[in-house]
Amino acid sequence: MQLVQKKQKTVAHKRNFGEWLFDAVVLTICLLIFLSIVYPLYFVVIASISNSTLVSTGQVTIFPKDISFFGYSEIFKDQRIWTGYGNTILYTVLGTAVNLLFTLPAAYVLSRQEFRARRFIMFAFVLTLFFGGGLIPTYLLMKDLGLLNTMWVFILPFSVNVYNLIIARSFFESSIPKELYEAAAMDGCSHFRYFGSVVLPLSKAIVSVIGLYYLVAHWNDFFTGLIYIRSNELQPLQIVLRDILLSNQVFSGGAGSGGAAGGYAQQYADQVKYGVIIVSTLPILLVYPFLQKYFDKGVMIGSVKG
Amino acid sequence: MVPKNPYEHPVNLQPYKRKKPTVLNTFKRDYQLWIMIFPAILVIFIFNYIPMYGIQLAFRDYNFAKGLTGGEWRGLFYFKQFFESYQFADLMKNTIVISLSTVVLSFPAPIILALLINQLRWKRAKKALQTTVYLPHFISIVVMVGLLNVLLSPNSGVIGHLLQSFGLGDVNLLGSTNTFVPVYVLSEIWQHCGWNSIIYLAALSTVDPQLYDASKIDGASRWQTIRNIEIPALIPTIIILFVLSMGSVLSTGFEKIFLMQNSLNLPVSEVIATYVYKIGIVSNQFSYSAAIGLFNTLINFFFLYTMNLVARRTSETSLW
Repeated sequence: MQLVQKKQKTVAHKRNFGEWLFDAVVLTICLLIFLSIVYPLYFVVIASISNSTLVSTGQVTIFPKDISFFGYSEIFKDQRIWTGYGNTILYTVLGTAVNLLFTLPAAYVLSRQEFRARRFIMFAFVLTLFFGGGLIPTYLLMKDLGLLNTMWVFILPFSVNVYNLIIARSFFESSIPKELYEAAAMDGCSHFRYFGSVVLPLSKAIVSVIGLYYLVAHWNDFFTGLIYIRSNELQPLQIVLRDILLSNQVFSGGAGSGGAAGGYAQQYADQVKYGVIIVSTLPILLVYPFLQKYFDKGVMIGSVKG
Repeated sequence: MVPKNPYEHPVNLQPYKRKKPTVLNTFKRDYQLWIMIFPAILVIFIFNYIPMYGIQLAFRDYNFAKGLTGGEWRGLFYFKQFFESYQFADLMKNTIVISLSTVVLSFPAPIILALLINQLRWKRAKKALQTTVYLPHFISIVVMVGLLNVLLSPNSGVIGHLLQSFGLGDVNLLGSTNTFVPVYVLSEIWQHCGWNSIIYLAALSTVDPQLYDASKIDGASRWQTIRNIEIPALIPTIIILFVLSMGSVLSTGFEKIFLMQNSLNLPVSEVIATYVYKIGIVSNQFSYSAAIGLFNTLINFFFLYTMNLVARRTSETSLW
């Protein structure tokens, strides 16, 4: 209501009942969408700190009840989670660094009009988006390269994502004025120097967006661990999460594990599960607000010329 | 000499015969560019192109001693084996049902969402809604399926309780052959609809403001503005994205289906991608599984190609 009245002053023509109704309907639907996304996430937060008996009998709906941190204390005791966390942080940091190191210079090169092989290389890159060898040939390649069951399989393969490359290239093409290079080259500036001290500082927005895409992809990567890793010490967080959330191996000691649905242990297991969801997603939720202002920009650039 | 036509360029652009610039004779000039792009070329060549060479495995036996190309040539044997296997019909049906319902239902959702968000007049509400709807996209698939498990559980989940209060009883949404596809598609929309709407919002933001002014003067209602200005502005984006989504008609997301599978829903949840994983990686039948994988890729490529052709013929917007 308030918003409708406020707006009325600024809009030139008079609003009739139809317009008012239209705004009301739009607002209601948007509110419903908002709640349908926020509520499940909010519920996980309150369920993770409420008494698990009350949660499983449906008495916790809006506020946490009978606050207990049992789930979190179990999580902090669980060595598997910390190994997975450590591995994932290592893979994410190293992997994202390699991704950016390989993708950004290549995108810059492909944005240079005078680079003769540009069209051919671009075509060869884009083709891989639509056609590939498939799971088995890729698996056998990793095996031949000796990457199976090593940490490098998380970092080196597919370290250039062609979508991200296209986004970066389009940004360099459209947002860095051509005169800059001419001026710099006139003063004897090389491509290396120009890229490092002119292009990159002007491209913070796109570097953050692509960095975030890569970071999230590494953090959430489940497939690599599933296919290529056998030993437990190398498993990333997502595999540990699968064991806890989906295979119901909640307690590392073995007690209470198994599918005793509805039983005493199951209730505590659920609380651990809610807690694990929070603990594993927290880092992403922490970087998200800082980077989300760049999203529209990043996706838009990629879409206009992609 | 004064040129007759003042708009004609007075300077001869090619004052002397020059060698045509080619990759070879510009190499010395551009060697730094080559150094910068070399890692990307290397990585894409090794991890994307070498496996393509490995596709021949679909036509040969895999020889553990001699490696990829050492086995005996079998022609279309493994393809035949797949077409004749008793699982073929089920796998095809499941894959098509899941991917088609995902495309059909989740494709229009972000378009509608973008139009809705665009209608919000309160800037702050708009921003808040956008921030919220993008968020689920960043949740990992494992956590997403874990969320479904705990929230939909008929004994202890909040949605399970909700359904019970509507009198729907103890429906195990994740363990039933009837509810697997709806749960899969709806959760897919919940997670990615917001993120996919960004691209449409971007397209909407490029609509010429004069069009809005003109329509206002002509007395168009909000609904008419949407129908006659905003939807036409989205059409090119819609076509491109639709063609792209057709390219993955037969490639359902492996990870999510794999994680959602359990013994109860397996009759409807076993798709080509999960089957390739099980017989290839788990049971080591490399050739058979490579053949099925190739079959899948070819069908996807075929769909992408035909849809692009149709799009180009009918609307002059296409991928290539």
